[in-house]
Amino acid sequence: MNATKPRLAVWKFSSCDGCQLTLLDCEDELLTVAGAVEIAYFLEASRATAPGPYDLSIVEGSITTADDIERIHEVRRLSGHVVSIGACATAGGIQALRNFADVREFISVVYAHPDYIHTLETSTPPSAHITVDFELHGCPIDKHQLLEVITAFLRGRRPQIAAHSVCFECKRRGTVCVMVAKGIPCLGPVTHAGCGAICPAYDRGCYGCFGPADSTNIPSLIPALAAAGMSPFQLTRVFRTFNAEAPAFREASTRAETSESIQ
Amino acid sequence: MTHANGASRTLSVASLARVEGEGAMHVVVRDGVVSDVELRIFEPPRFFEAFLRGRAATEVPDIAARICGICPVAYQMSACQAIESACGITVDEQVLALRRLLYCGEWIESHALHIYLLHAPDFLGYESSVALAQDHRAIVERGLQLKKVGNDILTVLGGRAIHPVNVRVGGFYKAPSFAELDALTERLRWAVDAAIETVQWVAGFDFPDLQLEGDLVAMQHEHEYPITEGRIASTSGLDITVDHFPEHFSEEHVAHSTALHGRMRGGGTYTVGPLARYNLNYDRLPALVKELAVAAGVARECRNPFQSIIVRALEVVFACDEALRIIAAYTPPAAPSAEMPARGGTGHGCTEAPRGLLYHRYTVDDAGVIRDAVIVPPTSQNQPSIEHGLREFVQHRLHLDDAELTRQCEQAIRNYDPCISCATHFLDLTVDRG
Repeated sequence: MNATKPRLAVWKFSSCDGCQLTLLDCEDELLTVAGAVEIAYFLEASRATAPGPYDLSIVEGSITTADDIERIHEVRRLSGHVVSIGACATAGGIQALRNFADVREFISVVYAHPDYIHTLETSTPPSAHITVDFELHGCPIDKHQLLEVITAFLRGRRPQIAAHSVCFECKRRGTVCVMVAKGIPCLGPVTHAGCGAICPAYDRGCYGCFGPADSTNIPSLIPALAAAGMSPFQLTRVFRTFNAEAPAFREASTRAETSESIQ
Repeated sequence: MTHANGASRTLSVASLARVEGEGAMHVVVRDGVVSDVELRIFEPPRFFEAFLRGRAATEVPDIAARICGICPVAYQMSACQAIESACGITVDEQVLALRRLLYCGEWIESHALHIYLLHAPDFLGYESSVALAQDHRAIVERGLQLKKVGNDILTVLGGRAIHPVNVRVGGFYKAPSFAELDALTERLRWAVDAAIETVQWVAGFDFPDLQLEGDLVAMQHEHEYPITEGRIASTSGLDITVDHFPEHFSEEHVAHSTALHGRMRGGGTYTVGPLARYNLNYDRLPALVKELAVAAGVARECRNPFQSIIVRALEVVFACDEALRIIAAYTPPAAPSAEMPARGGTGHGCTEAPRGLLYHRYTVDDAGVIRDAVIVPPTSQNQPSIEHGLREFVQHRLHLDDAELTRQCEQAIRNYDPCISCATHFLDLTVDRG
């Protein structure tokens, strides 16, 4: 029976486990998904593992060790399609803050015996090492989007995932703009949609956890964020958090840091 | 993998399943005696305590949440408490009640996940809950729906289940209306019944004999079963306020683990988590939960780690009941959050994550910037105790072949619900039999 079902694998690299937990958080759909595929490798859910090849590999986490690099190439070799999920697997995640610092200094702060620790100087997404067929953004990803991506790949079509900004989702949700109406700084205009515009509905500005939208004009947003009270210190940090290594956010944080040092 | 040579062998589990994160276990047997047990944690380090330095104190709840996708609320709550203590912020009583409600959601979600999806399959001889569902679909559905009720609390109050957005230093961005919370009441009433059925279901499992030795450490509170507040207590009589944690507990760095090992100064290994909470706080449980505990065969003292699955189920009943109580008594606070004063200092925070005591300490400067951060997660504290317990566990099971010994060791490790992502911030088994 299993021979006819598509074979699914879920891989973990450096991460908080939240994005693969999102699959287990599909409480209403999990057993249906499990009925439609053969879960061949998913260590968080099952001790039974089956060797590849796999039709679809879902990758969580970023590449931070030499062993990770070998493992991600192995995943690519064994998989028909590779989908990266979450900020770690699409932009290196929060642990990519080491890319802006000296990792040896980081190690010395946390560990008494730095010589026991083997880690790369950078945290990078799988796409920096292998060809990735689709990237699903979010810190964490949205479960409905995850189900759409899995369904799409199992049916052999492209996932229908909007690449516009969070602003569209606020309009759809009927949330009054927090930046316009309340002067709360908000990254919604430059942040990738997918969460459903949660933060503005809770009276806070978007903090960019889905990373940059596909086409953004961050420099034109900066004056508005500054007018809403964000200092260069805050601007540097708001772009340098969960998606710090995403190119558009990296550029924005680097510029803000430059004006921080000028001030 | 096995190398049998008379009375000596090595057992090696290369990748532990149904735990959060990456680890392995290595057991060395020489002349019929277990000479070494190592939990090898190779989850790569992510350096939170390093990159939190230089961030605004107000950013910490969002950043610390990313240590763990399973228990982000625990990280947010311990962080908020420590920063509020450092900056002298007093939090409104209704905001504290909302925090406890949010945390109840996380206990329900995390415990239901562990009971139904990670741990129960061991007791019933299945590889996964998906395999369990093929024979017992209604039971697994019940577990998933129970888990969902926990996530519903997190979503209503926190904005989403994983990495909630509504938590800030001083309180929340937006306080819910009574009606928004009351919409959860009907589902929570169902959840109390489902949790009671869960206790009765897991109480019928077979439990290997094993006694957890050493000190148990948990928070204690005058009136409440501890979640967000209280003193730190142990079964050997420790009773301190949270700010004295560093004087009594230390962390060591060992070669085989990217998670630091927790130790009690002048003492030895200790255990945190549901068993510790339960043993130290049984008297604070509501009558309903105590009655269920007695019927389930766990008395006021329960030191069998395998029976932690019963204690988790009892805590789910408690958390559902407590959530109902908080919602019924809720009136929105005057302001959702307290102001952040321009004053620095060093503050300590401690709350009961689903897996046990979670301690944070931050030094904040007068500009509101983090200068130093220390985070001690539950699994780091439990790692030496897990290794110690496994040594005796394996010693009595050396007659088993490697496959069965491995299976039983994995089950014993899952008793602790280890969260390796947190601790490294865990498991492949290797038994070296010579």
